[in-house]
Amino acid sequence: MTTLPTSTAKKLGLVIDLDTCVGCQACATSCKEWNTQGYSAPLTDENPRGTDPLGVWLNRIHGYEVPEEGRDASRIVNFPRSCLHCETPACVTVCPTGASYKRAEDGIVLVNPDTCIGCKLCSWACPYGAREFDQSHGVMKKCTLCVDRIYNENFEPEDRVPACVKACPTSARHFGDFADPNSNVSILTRERGGYDLLPEMDTKPVNKYLPPRKRRDDTTLQPEQLPASDGSAMDRLFAWSDSFLTARAQPKPSAKKTASETVKTLATKISGAAKTVAKRVTKAAKKPT
Amino acid sequence: MHPAYSVLFFTTASGAGYGLLALLGLVGFNHGQASSLWFALVSMAIALGLITAGLLSSTLHLGHPERAWRAFSQWRSSWLSREGIAAVATYVPALIFGLVWSGLYEAPALIAPLGIITAILCAVTVFATGKIYATLNTIRAWNQPLTVPVYLAFALATGSAVLMVIATVFGRFQVAQLVIAVIALVLVALLKFFYWRAIDTAPRDRTMANATGLGEGVRQWEVPHTATNYIQKEMGFVIARKHAQSLRRLVFLLLALVAVCYGLCLISPWFSLPAAAIILVAAFVERWLFFAEGEHVVTLYYGNQQV
Repeated sequence: MTTLPTSTAKKLGLVIDLDTCVGCQACATSCKEWNTQGYSAPLTDENPRGTDPLGVWLNRIHGYEVPEEGRDASRIVNFPRSCLHCETPACVTVCPTGASYKRAEDGIVLVNPDTCIGCKLCSWACPYGAREFDQSHGVMKKCTLCVDRIYNENFEPEDRVPACVKACPTSARHFGDFADPNSNVSILTRERGGYDLLPEMDTKPVNKYLPPRKRRDDTTLQPEQLPASDGSAMDRLFAWSDSFLTARAQPKPSAKKTASETVKTLATKISGAAKTVAKRVTKAAKKPT
Repeated sequence: MHPAYSVLFFTTASGAGYGLLALLGLVGFNHGQASSLWFALVSMAIALGLITAGLLSSTLHLGHPERAWRAFSQWRSSWLSREGIAAVATYVPALIFGLVWSGLYEAPALIAPLGIITAILCAVTVFATGKIYATLNTIRAWNQPLTVPVYLAFALATGSAVLMVIATVFGRFQVAQLVIAVIALVLVALLKFFYWRAIDTAPRDRTMANATGLGEGVRQWEVPHTATNYIQKEMGFVIARKHAQSLRRLVFLLLALVAVCYGLCLISPWFSLPAAAIILVAAFVERWLFFAEGEHVVTLYYGNQQV
């Protein structure tokens, strides 16, 4: 049914930490690996080793360059993008067949591959590019939040998470219930200022993105951020040794010369001396006797 | 947006078909039984033929055409489903109307109500087609108040042009047909002019900075694929502004040629033949542009700075 549930008991979704994501693509490959054999399998790759491959991926990792104020170098932010399991998903209500639906029990947005007619309208309605059409099967594919893992009792409890979350080596992806204010994802969103993508599209995304933190050297290496001296003898000893060692560690600009510089200086000196000698000799020669 | 030829053909052909069918319904409503059996049968066959060809073409772009019947189930939320239902529902009164209007089955009392019901259902179907596009807030150029009126006006303009040709062939040309065609032509030109002005002046205030939440100055650094993917092929179609402008001029030029032909119809109604051909081409070019100029918000994640 493509009319939306008025509310869902749970709001399962992901928190994606843009601060810790290193863009390793482990989530994307793990997603592909799992979902090519799970729900709505396979995730087709056409001409995978050819010059023009076309494949369905439920999770893609963009890379963005963000200029930083007062710095020459930009910052690179790795940006995984998958279905946000919106509370009011536009992709579901446009579906003419009821193949797209939002589950009332946990809010997961799914496509039934047995009733999808492959009209692609849902992919037009989604602002996030979360749905990809599988040409070879003629149906739409999307993130299932690994619905065939998270309730799978054949797995150990710690493995009952989406494949992307399980695979992430830097814990940049977190899975949980946003309806519970004390869940890991709710707390993370609150504490780190998790935000929605394109809130103006009125889709009310469930997944949240955590903004990159300030650079470490912006916060810890600034003089005003360092603890002040308490004036004790020990503190003064440390301060003296710090300045002494810093002075010694920094070589004087003129103290070190490269071999070529030394040769050059030597050559100038020698030629200078030779000129002086030559001048004197000519002077002496010109002097009338 | 990628202009799929099956969808362009569908909206142009069935648009003309529904326009023609609605006008035939109104003719029956006004005048009762058709004056000629063959005129009625041929015009009904052309109207339903255009509609059917369009609907069949629209199923060509489906991944599973054999499941198309499922599209009748979600009328509560989906304009595509409503369009499908309206399109099929129109056949019922239209076929009965064809029987009684042509005189194959004598029931003069039924002609007027069936004619008006058929005309209304035609309008509802084209309205639903326009709504499919107009309700997508992901594509600003489609999410416009004039999108639906443009679809309706083009259906009337192309349908009335085809009606004149059939009437001329059967020696039943009337100035009233020309008047309707001219009004529809003026309507199309005006609506399209204001539509294009609306999409040109609409603020392009959706930015990559907002879409990613990463702030001003953000740029695409690495793409999430090794080759062009489905999202880019389907939503990433871009047309250079220069080409769009020249195609818009072409549409207006074609509409002006149609106006000239309509003027010449006063001399000989056979000028309705080139008029109909030209306005169908204009409708097709306009429909192609409608897709090509539709910028999708997802392109913000794929390097587009603003839409």
